Amino acid sequence: MDLDRYDRIVGLRGKVVEGGARLDPGEGILGRDLAADLGVRVGDRVSVVVTSSSGNVGDSLRVTALVDLGVRELNRRTVIVPLRAAQSLVGLPGGATHLELTLADVWSASSLAAELAQRDPYRVESWQQLNAQLVSALNAQSVSTALIRGVVMIVVVLGIARVLVVSEVQKRREIGILRAMGTTRGQIQRVFLLQGAIVGAAGSVLGVLLAVALIGAFTRFVRGSDGLPLFSIGLAPNLALRIAVLATFAGVLAAVAPARRAASLDPAQAIRL
Amino acid sequence: MNTVDPAGRPLIALDGVHKRYNVGQPNEAEVLHGVSLTLAAGEFAALIGPSGSGKSTLLNIIGLLEPMSGGSYRIHGEEVGGLDDAGLTLRRRSALGFVFQFHHLLPAFSALENVTLPALMREGHVSRAQRDHAREVLAAMGLGAALHKRPGELSGGMQQRVAIARALVTKPPLVLADEPTGNLDRHSSDDVFALMRKMHAEMGTSFLIVTHDPRLAERCDRIIELVDGCIERDGVRSP
Repeated sequence: MDLDRYDRIVGLRGKVVEGGARLDPGEGILGRDLAADLGVRVGDRVSVVVTSSSGNVGDSLRVTALVDLGVRELNRRTVIVPLRAAQSLVGLPGGATHLELTLADVWSASSLAAELAQRDPYRVESWQQLNAQLVSALNAQSVSTALIRGVVMIVVVLGIARVLVVSEVQKRREIGILRAMGTTRGQIQRVFLLQGAIVGAAGSVLGVLLAVALIGAFTRFVRGSDGLPLFSIGLAPNLALRIAVLATFAGVLAAVAPARRAASLDPAQAIRL
Repeated sequence: MNTVDPAGRPLIALDGVHKRYNVGQPNEAEVLHGVSLTLAAGEFAALIGPSGSGKSTLLNIIGLLEPMSGGSYRIHGEEVGGLDDAGLTLRRRSALGFVFQFHHLLPAFSALENVTLPALMREGHVSRAQRDHAREVLAAMGLGAALHKRPGELSGGMQQRVAIARALVTKPPLVLADEPTGNLDRHSSDDVFALMRKMHAEMGTSFLIVTHDPRLAERCDRIIELVDGCIERDGVRSP
């Protein structure tokens, strides 16, 4: 491949974990796991042999860098060589097997692929077509995640509302006393709304702390056969903040009905209870 | 008996007040039948009567806690019968203090916090001056050493004294007390009553006390007797 162009497509230089990304004639870049399997380090020479119906074609390369492409299988079978060396190895002088494009808007890939397929005599595939199963799985995951979030939100709202309804029933006499002392309906409502907000905010803080602890435990104890964490999970501060704001809002929302009930209590009746 | 203020208006004036419950239903019942009553600034009156005579209902109407079904009710000459909830709340804040049979203190708050609660509700915060005033009122009630105790740590008599301090801290012209000693033993009952008389004498606050205890009623300046929703007797105590 042409290193500079490929780098603009996939940001290869940012994936280098050892050595320096350089592809002069006679040089090559290996996936990190392939290098580990072969016992090869940066600066070593490796022989590459391509077997085809017309026979074996080989070349000798000096390894200039190791890359981590983010997927173990790719790291195990990736050898990047200069375009001319590749053309020679696969018997395609002046040609190429693939042309890859990168787009500013990734979601326009399908329509552009269709447009290019009509215009040029090549097989053009979008990343969605190449990864149809993955896209389908991600879509399903998005839907199920949204459903779970929605259900959790409803459960949270109902849970806080239940606590506040019980509180409203238990505190009726106190509410009556406060009303007798000149507390307005608005003040009573605000007390309950504030209580809902506090419950929501406190719950979100506890939830975030629990999530951080669980993520820590998961990444520490759930590891692959190579000893590395199976998944790389993190909780971005922005996300934690958004969750806290959302939970606080849910708390206020849950408090609306109990607050209105409390504010509408007849003070004389509430005191008599 | 002083029955009018310098502007010539009684503190409260009820005229032909009726109260009916379950209006329009088969169990409709009228518990007050055209009650007329005035109370002047500085009076110390007892409202007595048998159970079911309408005492608490009348007290709730005077306390703006329940609407009346008919008649007129004026506070300082202002008709309050047609006020909306916000108007009633403001009048309760400015004109009335309440003492209930069961002290109804907020259990999570200290004695001082309970007494500063009306100021908190009124203004959204408690100033240093208001806190100092609450301390003074509690000290006058003999509770200077119990400022930071919660209701659960106080005796029944002390709790009721805190409730009286809470009613008096905003210096309302009228305190309405519904059986304030009904839940106390005789000794505590005498203490609480003596304190109400003392605060009446020192602050000039009017008291209207609902009581079943004839012994305490006889020690009030005026006795109003309610029987079957009508005022049967209203007179100044015999010396």
